[in-house]
This record gives sequence, structure tokens and C-alpha cells, in this order.
Amino acid sequence: MALELTAARPDPALLDLPWRLPLEEWPDDILAALPRGISRHVVRFVRLSGRVLAIKEIKDDIARREYEMLRNLGRLHMPAVEPFAVVSGRVGMDGRPLDACLVTRHLQFSLPYRALYSQSLRKGTATRLIDALAVLLVRLHLAGFWWGDVSLSNTLFRRDAGAFAAYLVDAETGELRNRLSDGQREHDLEIARVNIAGELMDLEAGGLLQEERDPVEVSERIMTRYRDLWTELTSEQLIDDSERWRVDDRIRRLNEKGFDVDELEITTDIDGTTIRIQPKVVDSGHHSRRLLRLTGLDVRENQARRLLNDLEVFSAATGRQGEDEEIIAHDWLASVYEPVTRGVPRHLVAKLEPAEVFHEVLEHRWYLAERARHDIPIQEAVTDYVATVLPGKPDERAVLGVDTEELPVVADGGA
Amino acid sequence: MATVKFDGASRIYPGNDTPSVDKLDIDIADGEFLVLVGPSGCGKSTSLRMLAGLEEVNGGKIWIGDRDVTDLSPKDRDVAMVFQNYALYPHMTVADNMGFALKIAGVDKGEIRKRVEEAANILDLTQYLERKPKALSGGQRQRVAMGRAIVRSPQVFLMDEPLSNLDAKLRVQTRTQIASLQRRLGVTTVYVTHDQVEAMTMGDRIALLKDGILQQCATPREMYDNPANLFVAGFIGSPAMNLVTVPVTADGAKFGNHTVSLPRERAGDGGSSLIVGVRPEDVEVTTNNDGLELTVDVVEELGADAYVYGTPTDPNIKLEGGDDNLVKPFIARVDGRQVPEKGGKIYVYPKSQHMHVFDPSSGARLG
Ligand SMILES: Nc1ncnc2c1ncn2[C@@H]1O[C@H](COP(=O)(O)OP(=O)(O)OP(=O)(O)O)[C@@H](O)[C@H]1O
Ligand SMILES: Nc1ncnc2c1ncn2[C@@H]1O[C@H](COP(=O)(O)OP(=O)(O)OP(=O)(O)O)[C@@H](O)[C@H]1O
Ligand SMILES: [Mg+2]
Ligand SMILES: [Mg+2]
Repeated sequence: MALELTAARPDPALLDLPWRLPLEEWPDDILAALPRGISRHVVRFVRLSGRVLAIKEIKDDIARREYEMLRNLGRLHMPAVEPFAVVSGRVGMDGRPLDACLVTRHLQFSLPYRALYSQSLRKGTATRLIDALAVLLVRLHLAGFWWGDVSLSNTLFRRDAGAFAAYLVDAETGELRNRLSDGQREHDLEIARVNIAGELMDLEAGGLLQEERDPVEVSERIMTRYRDLWTELTSEQLIDDSERWRVDDRIRRLNEKGFDVDELEITTDIDGTTIRIQPKVVDSGHHSRRLLRLTGLDVRENQARRLLNDLEVFSAATGRQGEDEEIIAHDWLASVYEPVTRGVPRHLVAKLEPAEVFHEVLEHRWYLAERARHDIPIQEAVTDYVATVLPGKPDERAVLGVDTEELPVVADGGA
Repeated sequence: MATVKFDGASRIYPGNDTPSVDKLDIDIADGEFLVLVGPSGCGKSTSLRMLAGLEEVNGGKIWIGDRDVTDLSPKDRDVAMVFQNYALYPHMTVADNMGFALKIAGVDKGEIRKRVEEAANILDLTQYLERKPKALSGGQRQRVAMGRAIVRSPQVFLMDEPLSNLDAKLRVQTRTQIASLQRRLGVTTVYVTHDQVEAMTMGDRIALLKDGILQQCATPREMYDNPANLFVAGFIGSPAMNLVTVPVTADGAKFGNHTVSLPRERAGDGGSSLIVGVRPEDVEVTTNNDGLELTVDVVEELGADAYVYGTPTDPNIKLEGGDDNLVKPFIARVDGRQVPEKGGKIYVYPKSQHMHVFDPSSGARLG
């Protein structure tokens, strides 16, 4: 059988990887030692043609299914890792067939939860991770994706202006439907709950959980956060005809939560005294789309919210509120945002993404101002941040040197 | 007591014209291991999920014990989907790995310990309870994962292709483990697979589905000996049953110049042909021009026995189950010390007491 490569845009260099060796035996010099979550399959990272790829050894049919599923999620603009290829038809040195490999692009600046826990953590990290996962799960469910294996391990996290944004990494068990029934959504939620509790208990048993909070209690948060957001996004609301402003109110509330309402169903009762509204199509990314339109910056939702706030402040401080907002945005970009992000010397750029640096500098400026009891110019804050804070941070573009566990649950004959 | 009953249960997915599961009737006894089997898309997973409460039931009912669960939410049904994607936690002991989900469910410590010890006993894990999963063999890890489901002590276990992740050798090993474990626990179990060998070796009874319709529900032995129709006959057994359309006369069914007599109830409605099924081990093979003439294509030696793969010399005789591109061979098991020559001619007919007869138009078993 010949090696077979399935990919949308195949990179021939992929063929040079040592496919005849079981993934576990690949030589260290081609591997990138990035952290991973708990997994049953062998997963490794390699550097290839200037990018980092994640490779998972898995049965052929399952690899293909997961590849297709990740592609579909990409088409639906869901936050998920990007599939790159399936390599099948592998044969070992001894002539015996080897499992296929699913290849995905390594998600830059992503942090598996276990890597986060090996850093010294800010308080409340567990809850912020769960909040991000709740948003991800709601988005996936709105899109009709039934995950089947929701967990912290199957999610990657990126920093998002002090909070986190969550990405799906393991679509092996997922299915796409037109819509999900309540029972199906609850099933995912129940799985999420049990897995999160297990994952936190594991950290606790390993002495890695710095907070003294009961994992069972923390895991409950996924249910409340998910249900609150789901209700906010989908529930029907009755409004008295004299209170039509409430329609706008609902839309604004969703915007604040980061969602745009693309379709709102409005029906009036026969006697015309009450209006019934229900969002039909909602789309996350309200702030990031707005920022993208104004500045061309493509950042995450909370980062965008933060940047937009700063833009507001800028426009007020320069007394230009009446002017065309795109022109103000252009000036803000050139005179505030870019000087800050360009203030990071080359050797420190792998620490944090520019938008996250900007967010941290604003935080830092606030902290300096509070200490000094007067305003601090942004340039001064950048200089101090780059000198005192940033060098102490780990490189998060591709975090190195964290131990990871792999526990294949397959019989090895010693059963 | 946990019997399970599919009572005319149907599921039509939105946007489809035909039901994916069509008026399914199965009565599952308390403690029984029932396997749902059939080709891809036949409705196995849908049936299982209807039982789990994960797929809406559009017609009929589902019972667990004497409770009508048709409209109950999944968590009120007391069933457990086993083994789909368990994780083992490296820093936690085997005992905690097995029991932690009970803690979430609010079960008290003493009770958790008791259930974990019971499960460990059944799974031969007692001496490992305080170890970490890393210190276990792969097989033991797998049993820890099973333990996670067992300690919940549900009324019914549900499993959907739990072995699909494993390679061939491990599948065989693990399916024996699951089957023997289920027998020891005595918990009613519904198990989905597309693999008829798995179904035959594991199930107390097998329910075979095709296009959402139940074809037969019976013990493996009964399915093998008395397939209800052509589809069952062709699906169960490996190598598959030979199914040949042959002419019939007043004397019986004609295999070449050999006539196999047919009792009246098996002769059909007097048409001029019938489909006769014969398993490879029930074929009489001669070399003296008595029976259907075959040209030997391949001989597969297995030691004591050999399988002979042949093609009927008469191009008008076709075997059921082949397709346009692929002529299905006739398979006969013969004594390994007396195998025919490749390219030679042999003559075959069924041993009459082991012959299956099917109606050519409906496919139903006759007599
Ligand atoms: N594209 C990627 N970018 C970054 N990390 C990745 C990527 N793909 C996989 N990983 C890491 O590898 C880990 C294991 O991958 P994955 O969850 O797909 O494996 P698995 O064996 O299917 O897991 P499970 O046991 O949950 O079925 C993930 O938790 C993640 O940390
Ligand atoms: N969400 C869905 N929407 C529409 N049709 C569906 C959906 N899920 C399944 N079907 C259809 O219902 C039928 C039964 O599917 P089901 O998954 O139950 O089959 P299966 O026997 O489990 O197959 P497999 O062995 O491939 O898992 C198939 O024809 C399938 O295409
Ligand atoms: Mg995973
Ligand atoms: Mg299925």
C-alpha cells in the first residue's frame, strides 16, 4: 500500500516526515516540545516549512471523519484547530501497517489548561477557563455541533484581555445537525461537567491547583454559565407594545456580551398589545468585527472590546467625538496602538500577542498611575512594562518544557 | 428489574422522507446482552440513542422496566452510555478514577468506597486501587475505565461501537472481556456493532436491522440455523452462505443434474425457480458430474479444512450478493487432505437437511 496524503493544499514537505516509524518513535530533532492536554492517542508536534503542526496517530476512518468535521467547523467559522492533512497507508519498517495520522496546524499562542496550571496563576483562572468553555459550547450548539467529548483537555485557550477565548481541539466524537434537541445539549453539558470536575480533581491530587476551591463546586459553573448565556441568546421575550425600546435593549444586551443579532423574529399578538421577540440568528464577534472594520486589526473579542474602549477615550480626550469614526480610528492606530506594540523589542515578541501586550500595558499604566497618584503617559508605561514585566513572562507563542501526560487506554496484551 | 422494550418505536429525522428506525419492536429481558447489528446507516445508533433519550421518538414507545420512558430526559432514565471517551487522570488513584463521578452526583464517601471496592473486585483491580494509572498495564487501564461506568450501577448499559478505536487483535481480546464482565454483572446491556462476528460472539440475542427495519431478533444459533430471510442469511456467517437461484421441477430443486427434493411447504408458490442457501460447511462436493458444475478459482488451505472458491460454469447461474463488477464465488468447505486442483471442475449440491430455501420475489424463508 502506498502512502496517501489527503489535504486541501498539500505541502510536499509533509512526505519527508518519518511516516514509517510509529509516532512515538519519531526523533527528537524534528519534534517541537509543546505542551498537550491529556489524550488517549499519541500526539506530537513537528516543525515543517516554517510552521508547527500537530500530529495525532489514529485509525484511518476516524482520522478522515475528524478531518472533515474540522473542515466543516471552519466553514461555519467556529473557533477550532485548523485541519491540515490526513496521512494514511502507512507501513512500518517491519512491513506491518501503521495507523493513519491526522495533521492539524498548531494553534499559535494557545495554552492547554495543564500548561496554564504550571505557571503561577492569577486567582480565578479555573473559573475564567470555564467561562470561556461555556461560550464555546454555546456557539457550537447554536451551530448544530454535538460535541460528545467536552473537556478542558479537548479545548485550547488563548489569552483575551485578561480573560480567555476557547477553541475546540478534539472533534473525534462530534456530529453536525440542523439543530440540537434539549436532551442532546444537556448530554454535552453533563459530559462537560464530569470531565471538568475530573480534570480539576486531578490537578488537585497533583498539587497543582493553587486555589482552595472544591472542584465539584467549580465544575458546576459550566452549567450555570452555559444556561444563562443560552437563555440570553435564544429565549423568547414578551414586550408590551408601549415599550418598544425594549427591542433595542435586548439587542444591545447581546452586543455587550459580544454577539450580533443577525435575525430577530418579531411577532405581534392579534390584539396588538404585546410584541414577542426572539433572536433567531446570533453571531459572536460583535466587538472584533467592529474593530476590524475601523482599524483592520483582527483580534479576539475581549481584546477588541478593550481596544474600542481606548479608542473612545482617545476620541473624547482629543475632543473629536463628532468626527468620522474611521478617521479617528486611523489616528488612534498610528499615534497610540502602534507605538505601544512596536515598543516590544524583537527578542520579546514571542512572549505575547500584540493586542494582549496592549491590554497589559494599559493595565500596567493604571497600576503605575495608582502608585504615583497621577496620570502616566503611555510611552512611559510601555518602557517600564517592557523593562520590568514582559521579560519575566514565558514564551507563549509556543510554550516549551511543560510535562504532559499520555495515557493510552488500550490493552497491551497484559490484560 | 430492568427489562427494555422497544414498542413500535420510530424515528424520522427532520428533512427525511423515510424513517431511520421504523416501528421497532424488541423485548429485552432483564440481564440480557442484546446486540444491535447491521450495515452502515441501518439505524443502530439511532435506536440506541432513542433508548438513551438522545434522539426523539416520533412514534411508538420505549419502556425500561415498567416505566414508559419515551418522554423522559436522558438523566431520568437510569441508563449509562459506556466507554465512549473516558479519560484516565494521571495524578488520581485508581479508586478515585473509578469513583469521582459519584462524588459529583452527591453520593456519600462511604457508599462511593463500597461501590468502588465491589467494582474493583469484579474487575480484578482490588490490589491496584491505591496506585496511579501509569503503573497499570493497558488492559488494566481499560478495566478502570469500565469501572467508571460500573460504579454508577445503572439499570441498563448502552454501548455504541466501543471497540472501533482498537486494532483487530485488541478488539478480540476486549470483546471477550466485555462479554464476560456483563455476564458477571448481570446488567441489561444493549450493544451496537456493524460487525456480525462481534455480534455472534457477544450477544445473548442479536437484532439485525436493515434500512431501519428489524429483520430478525434471535439467538446467534437461531440466526445462523434459521435465518428469517435472504438478507439475514447473507449477513450472518463468515464466509457467507452461498445463495443461488436454481430451477425447480415437480421433483425438487435442480443443482445441475442433481435434484434435491423439497417438501411441499418449502416449494414456494409453484414458480419455476427458488433461491437456495447453503453454508460452505453444508456443501456436498463430488467429482463425478453430480451437482452444479464449478470451476475452481482458489483453494484456501486451513489445515484440517480448506475452502474452495469456484465459479459456476453455466454463466446463467449467478450468486446473490455479488454486484455487477464482482462475480460472487461459490464457497465450499472440504477436507484439507483432499483438495481439488485449481482450474479443475467440481460438482456441488446442498446436504438436504441443511438447506435453506427463500422466495425469489420476497426473499422470505420458505418452510
Ligand atoms: N492543532 C493543535 N494545536 C495545539 N495543540 C494541539 C493541537 N492538536 C492537538 N493538540 C494537543 O494535543 C492534545 C491531544 O489531542 P486530542 O485531544 O485531539 O487527542 P485524543 O487522543 O483524541 O484525545 P481524547 O483522549 O480526548 O480522545 C490536546 O489536548 C492538545 O493539547
Ligand atoms: N441527524 C440526522 N439527520 C438526518 N438523517 C440522519 C441523521 N442521523 C442519521 N441519519 C440517517 O439515519 C439512518 C440511520 O443512521 P444511524 O446513524 O442510526 O445508522 P447506523 O446503523 O448507526 O450506521 P453506522 O454503522 O454508519 O454508524 C441513516 O440513513 C442516516 O443517514
Ligand atoms: Mg482529546
Ligand atoms: Mg452508528
